[in-house]
Amino acid sequence: MDLLNAIVALLNFVVIPATAYGAQLALGALGVTLIYGILRFSNFAHGDTMALGTGFVILFTWWLQSMGLSFGPLPTAFLALPLGIALTAAVVLLTDRSVYRFYRKQKAAPVILVIVSMGVMFVMNGVTRFVIGVDEIRFADGAKFLINANDFKAATGLAEGLAFKASQAQTIVTAVAVVALLFWFLNKTRTGKSMRAYSDNEDLALLSGISPERVVAVTWIIASGLAVIAGTLYGLDKSFKAFNYFQLLLPIFASAIVGGLGSPLGAIAGGFLIAFSEVGFTYAWKKVATYVLPESLAPDGLAQLLSTDYKFAVSFAILIVVLLFKPTGLFKGKSV
Amino acid sequence: MNTRNIVLFAGMALLIVLEGSTTFGGIFGGSWNTALFIVNFGLLSAIMSLGVNMQWGYAGLFNVGVVGFIALGGLAPVLIATPPVTEVWTASGAGRLIFALIVGAGVIALAIVLNNRLRGRARLLALCVTLIGGFFLYRALFDPAAEVVEAFNPATNSNLGGLGLPVLLSWPVGAALAAGAAWLIGKTALGLRSDYLAIATLGIGEIIVAVLKNEDWLARGVKNVIGIPRPVPYEVDLQNSPGFVDFAANFGADPVVASTIVVKLLYAALFLVVLLVLTMATELALKSPWGRMMRAIRDNEVAAEAMGKNVTGRHLQIFMLGSAVCGFAGAMMVTMDSLHNPGTYSPLRFTFLIWVMVIVGGSGNNWGAILGGFLISFLWLKVEAWGPAALDYLTSGMDPTSPLRTHLQDSAAHMRLIALGLVLLLVLRFSPRGLIPEK
Amino acid sequence: MSNTGNPYQDDRGNKDRSITNSGGGTMTLPGTSGRATPAPGGPFLAAEMMTGGYGPVDILHDCTLTVEKGEIAVIVGPNGAGKSTAMKAVFGMLNLRGGHVKLDGEDITLLSPQDRVAKGMGFVPQVNNVFPSMSVEENLEMGAFLRRDDFRATMEQVYDLFPILKDKRRQAAGELSGGQRQQVAVGRALMTQPKLLMLDEPTAGVSPIVMDELFDRIIEVARTGISILMVEQNARQALEIADKGYVLVQGANRYTDTGEALLANPEVRRTFLGG
Repeated sequence: MDLLNAIVALLNFVVIPATAYGAQLALGALGVTLIYGILRFSNFAHGDTMALGTGFVILFTWWLQSMGLSFGPLPTAFLALPLGIALTAAVVLLTDRSVYRFYRKQKAAPVILVIVSMGVMFVMNGVTRFVIGVDEIRFADGAKFLINANDFKAATGLAEGLAFKASQAQTIVTAVAVVALLFWFLNKTRTGKSMRAYSDNEDLALLSGISPERVVAVTWIIASGLAVIAGTLYGLDKSFKAFNYFQLLLPIFASAIVGGLGSPLGAIAGGFLIAFSEVGFTYAWKKVATYVLPESLAPDGLAQLLSTDYKFAVSFAILIVVLLFKPTGLFKGKSV
Repeated sequence: MNTRNIVLFAGMALLIVLEGSTTFGGIFGGSWNTALFIVNFGLLSAIMSLGVNMQWGYAGLFNVGVVGFIALGGLAPVLIATPPVTEVWTASGAGRLIFALIVGAGVIALAIVLNNRLRGRARLLALCVTLIGGFFLYRALFDPAAEVVEAFNPATNSNLGGLGLPVLLSWPVGAALAAGAAWLIGKTALGLRSDYLAIATLGIGEIIVAVLKNEDWLARGVKNVIGIPRPVPYEVDLQNSPGFVDFAANFGADPVVASTIVVKLLYAALFLVVLLVLTMATELALKSPWGRMMRAIRDNEVAAEAMGKNVTGRHLQIFMLGSAVCGFAGAMMVTMDSLHNPGTYSPLRFTFLIWVMVIVGGSGNNWGAILGGFLISFLWLKVEAWGPAALDYLTSGMDPTSPLRTHLQDSAAHMRLIALGLVLLLVLRFSPRGLIPEK
Repeated sequence: MSNTGNPYQDDRGNKDRSITNSGGGTMTLPGTSGRATPAPGGPFLAAEMMTGGYGPVDILHDCTLTVEKGEIAVIVGPNGAGKSTAMKAVFGMLNLRGGHVKLDGEDITLLSPQDRVAKGMGFVPQVNNVFPSMSVEENLEMGAFLRRDDFRATMEQVYDLFPILKDKRRQAAGELSGGQRQQVAVGRALMTQPKLLMLDEPTAGVSPIVMDELFDRIIEVARTGISILMVEQNARQALEIADKGYVLVQGANRYTDTGEALLANPEVRRTFLGG
């Protein structure tokens, strides 16, 4: 019984939250890694693209709600998502047209594009604050829980409750669907293959008649889609606050690099590795330990390895360890 | 210094004089107090951007953790100048805490030695045992000690306090702290098979700020340390000194205003000395064989390496120097504010804004970095005032109670992010070498 | 890259893997994107009196290369003779100040390389000529990117020509041996069903046995009616299979004859074939 309780507590406080967080990071890291593979720089504006896109989704959600529309047990934000993605993609494509394209034509060094993306980051950060403000916004509606802690306790008779939030289930299901769709696109469609070809060997792709501008545009659209989905899922799961998205940049970059920059599979693995380590290191293990260990060994303190304020330190430590032992990341050079 | 540069600097000076002397329809503040505030802010920013310019301009090192090095430097005035909290300097308090820190450092040193000496499975096993065992040993020693220290007088202290030494001493100490952190991070990130400095600095920047916010025993965390001793007289003391009141009366000035201006001027003089010494030193260094070698490495790393230059070593050196300059400026900033407030360390303000200064001023040119520091500081502080004014004007036709108008006016403060981003994008596009290009 | 003079290309020596991906393209295509004009008569490929270079200095001086249908033409010459440059000029990868390129009765001098692919030119670069992380089959598909019709028959032909590729069609091209990778590269170029196949040193870095096999395959390709223009370092072996040989020196034609005749020419043998 104690063991069951321990497993439930572990599921409840570590496995489920970390899986949901990992899925959100993975989606963010996929966007970063695609841009790195095709446009050949790390996009510092990605966190702010997530924030701006989520801001748009929230505005559309409010608009839909004001018209009395809802999505049954699912949050209205899911209805607003396609609109948010379309608008964000339009903004990003416009940014590419007015900002990035010039540097492509100049064959600018990638590091110049990184600095350019800093400028875009400033502007997008300001626009996001302008559009939706800096306050914390909760925009989740619909069903709150898939499994309620009290119901679970009543049904199983266990002392530990298992809460499975609807937002976590939505995150996981959406992420799986999006990733499956992305891999199908990259591996099976002509456009997807041309993106991988361009990422692999730009010169040869040109000689084969692949249009760089088209590949770049498709990449931006996909990356904005991924960013808006990741941002919305994160916002539904926690809450929306523009600055938090900016701070997600470090774990997202860490995920992409740990997985091997340019590798979509790596981005996913990296996202989950970072998420599970963050949650694992900052979780107070006292509860689980008391169930599993004999009484004499039970910890006095919280048995928390690190305070949650140091979750960035975990991303960072994992990153350094992986780079020390596997300098190109976990998955090197597979597809894009 | 050619004519063009002199004109640019004169223009900058004119902006500041205008800020002090006229309001010009609300564009300028018309107050010498704010003008001098901008000057001091600009001097600090110029030093910071000199530091980043060393790293990026001379060596192409991409540091996106500038905030961390500034923050670390800002710790120094607290540790050096504030009076010690003697009550916690007991065996179970500070003594044990410092012992725990030494043990922690020892564990990491041991891990590094093992990592270099052992190979294969043995290395992995030894590292795991050392690090995991060391971590728990450290926490067992550290946690109770930190609790003892933090339990003392939480309203005013809860920290170790400082050494009670002159605050000016803390400036080089701040530089040393930042350089130490830079050595650790550079040794790791530049020593890997590929260069991973950007992500490493991004991470270390966040971590340093998190440590300063959360480790109350160190510098009270977000509870802030106030009243850090100053190298210049206090305004109140000046106002109470008859000599100063007479002196102010000679100019026909109010003693209160005069005292704030005099204090700001004294800081400005101190900062200016630092800036000039630093600029001279870097300019001389650039013209020395060392500077020529740095340029050779930057222009053709492969050739430099083939000629037997230790590229990684040089990069580490310049990374430490640049970070030290940032740390120095951080210590100066905290000294000027008399306040250690880690809650204000935002990467946008202290990393990316410094980058804007370097790029706008002109990568690789010290005078450019200085001009960029002043100009961007000016814009950063002024756009905050211009934004609401502009929106007031633009929305003046709207219904004063309309929610859109209030929303727009509330958001006006964020205009400066958009404005600074646009400045960066425009300079990058149309003047990619910056206002004062590298020769 | 910091001394190119273009400030946008100045990376100040930065090579930080965590923010920049150095795998970008190196090709700078000249701004030619005009139209093809009919020019009946003459040889199948007639690149005549070509003069030009990458920058202000000319590398090619009145260089002429012609290939008839189904013929193998080989360009040989000492290092720095402009062999690869001549081939790139035929393919439109550098600006010509003089001369013209005609293919199959059309003047294509003003076309971009991509448009020349559509007109029936296939080009196999010397290095980086496959998509390393993509499978062999995907490499071939990318070769047929411009084709909107069913290209499976062409793929079967490529597999017939290089049976080993069929066995490895699911394997990433980057994992193949050097010789196999060259086969993928040639196969990729054949997927556009070119009328003229251009090969830039196809046997560079492969063993002599693999070289012989590659040359055999190239002869097979020529037998199907595809003209071949090839730059080769292994001059003797290449001239043995060549219908026509060009010896270039300092960007100009020195000797032009049949392969056999060049091999028999004592002057050529002494100077360029090492006795």
